Amino acid sequence: MEKRVKFRGWMLPLLLIAPQVVVSAVFFFYPAGQAIWQSLFIPDPFGLSMQWVGLGNFEFLLSDRFYRASFVTTAIFSILVTLCSMIPALFLAVIADRLIKGSGVYRTLLIWPYAVAPAVAGVLWLFMFNTRVGVVSWYLGQLGYDWNHVLNGGEAMGLVVVASAWGRISYNFLFFFAALQAVPKSVIEAAAIDGAHFWRRFWTIVLPLLSPTTFFLLVVNIVYSFFETFGVIHTITAGGPQQTTTILVYKVYSDGFVSQDLGSSSAQSVILLIVVGLLTVLQFKFIEKRVHY
Amino acid sequence: MQKTILGALAVSTMLSPGAAMAQTEVQFWHAFTGRLGELVAAQVEAFNASQSDYVVVQSHKGNYSETLNSGIAAFRAGEHPHILMVFEVGTATMMSAQGATRPVYEVMAQSGATFDPNAYIGSVKGYYTTTDGDMLSLPFNSSTPVLWVNRDAFEAAGVDPDTDLSTWQAVGETLEALKAGGSECPLVTAWQSWIHLENFSAYHDVPFASQDNGFAGLDTELMLNGDAQVAHLTAMGEWAQDGKFIYTGRRNEGGANFRSGECALFTESSAGYAGIKAEAEFDFDVRPLPYWEGVGNGPQNTIIGGASLWVMEGHEDAEYAGVGEFLAFLSSSDVQAQWHQDTGYLPITSEAGEATRAAGFYEENPGTDVAVIQMTANEPTANSKGLRLGSFDQIRGIIDEELEAIWAGDKTAQEAMDSAKERGDALLRRFEAANG
Repeated sequence: MEKRVKFRGWMLPLLLIAPQVVVSAVFFFYPAGQAIWQSLFIPDPFGLSMQWVGLGNFEFLLSDRFYRASFVTTAIFSILVTLCSMIPALFLAVIADRLIKGSGVYRTLLIWPYAVAPAVAGVLWLFMFNTRVGVVSWYLGQLGYDWNHVLNGGEAMGLVVVASAWGRISYNFLFFFAALQAVPKSVIEAAAIDGAHFWRRFWTIVLPLLSPTTFFLLVVNIVYSFFETFGVIHTITAGGPQQTTTILVYKVYSDGFVSQDLGSSSAQSVILLIVVGLLTVLQFKFIEKRVHY
Repeated sequence: MQKTILGALAVSTMLSPGAAMAQTEVQFWHAFTGRLGELVAAQVEAFNASQSDYVVVQSHKGNYSETLNSGIAAFRAGEHPHILMVFEVGTATMMSAQGATRPVYEVMAQSGATFDPNAYIGSVKGYYTTTDGDMLSLPFNSSTPVLWVNRDAFEAAGVDPDTDLSTWQAVGETLEALKAGGSECPLVTAWQSWIHLENFSAYHDVPFASQDNGFAGLDTELMLNGDAQVAHLTAMGEWAQDGKFIYTGRRNEGGANFRSGECALFTESSAGYAGIKAEAEFDFDVRPLPYWEGVGNGPQNTIIGGASLWVMEGHEDAEYAGVGEFLAFLSSSDVQAQWHQDTGYLPITSEAGEATRAAGFYEENPGTDVAVIQMTANEPTANSKGLRLGSFDQIRGIIDEELEAIWAGDKTAQEAMDSAKERGDALLRRFEAANG
């Protein structure tokens, strides 16, 4: 049954959605419009002059093989970050949900890393894995493994993924934990009486019931790994070695704010906007069908 | 009661600007923290104490790139400072921003402060001067790469610390000996592109880019894939593969390895002096940067890195007079000599260098004059005057990536530099389009 509130007249509903409309207009539509407009020019850094180039910025970007390669890098990076932050979070939530005593303490400790800003998290991990003075790299050296993320692209990618996913586990944990609490006990008990062991109950009952949360987290985490991870990347690798950790949003940042190439940076934002828009539509179209509410 | 408080407030607020109005404020944004930040603050305080017409207010705005970006953002918002510190890499960006900056020679002429362009050392000044000889920005902190030697590490590896290190051929043999003697880190570097490509090219008198390294026009192309550069990078790449050259990162990460005593040789800016002197618990030496015997015209002269002070447009005339006075104060011999001795940065005037020598500083601190000699040994040529390339911060990033490919053994030096040229040239064309 559909729930519907009926208003008399137009004024009140308009007034009620006005704050959201204003916020979206000021913080989303206006900047997005600016980015689209600026992507058609090559401006000088000081804003003294602008050269109209039409779609020249896009042409320049798409003919750059490193830019095209950064789509692949971004895909690998976001899949890894999403998996590395959701699977451990779900595991921890399931374990914490089974706890009878002291679950509050565990919960608090598990949520803690979320309070650490991405750039700070980046520096923390960098210290541990510093090729010369890092604790972890020293132990790895003792084990005979020569850790060198400044030259080894795979190691650099691993490091930025772990550093990005680490704080995110807490966030995901929080949602999974809340969702687990909402799973009706009676269903689980019924299954237990039928003789289903724990993991069987988990796969056939709990996981499907968690699917709305999982789907929500999937979307949110992909958006996170696309947009909010450049602090980590900036502090740990600055996109290197070579370009193995240059994801799309980091390139937007470094071209725009470090190199002052605002035309190219705007064009990249527009491309990113389209990519994320498409991804979200795809997710809703194909994955959401398999979500049970 | 309330009225009297309000009244008192009104009087006091009226009085305080009255007191400040007698002094004109000059904003100065810089990129220095730590010891260097303190030294800049001391210079500003000394200037403020020396006269009563102007007050210079200094603020730290982050690292070099961040300072430049804050300055640019502030200009767009109309809240820019009078004086902005810009690193040498941003020079082309600032030069192209006509209407945003006011050339130093104009500021000095208008303010009537003492200013003699010939007092400045040619190879320092050259970087910030037009081809007609007009000074656009005031050189502030300039350094040049030198070779740092950890004498104790040499002895530990059984190598004579006084061995000849003037050529890369000799260094190559020494690295072999150090490695054989058990050194885990024979050679490390800071600022790889600056030292092993930009300075390398100038030092051997081979072009880094066409159009006199960009001084003669925006239609410049990179020439860093020439034979001399490729030969050097090939040797470095082999040393990296053999564990004789240890790569630690794109900036000056290697400094920590050298200062801790781990590495035997370190190519780093002469301004590394302050840090090495403070931290190193071993005997160290400063040697001139090595050159390849028989390659190009080496040793020519090395070029500078560091920053200069740009005066920004759009303020009151009276304030520019204050700017002029402050810049004249910074260039004065005493201030410069002190700065040079405290930091290891080069003196910007020959007089300050002479004063330092006369005070006996070089004798007490052997090696501190190596950089000065190396910079001034020869009259700069078109290849060794400096670099003036647009988007150069970004191009350096590309060069760093390609160099990493060489050190990792993924590409040959020729492949890497061909690729760096191709990618860098694309950015130069964009810069030309934006500023042409």
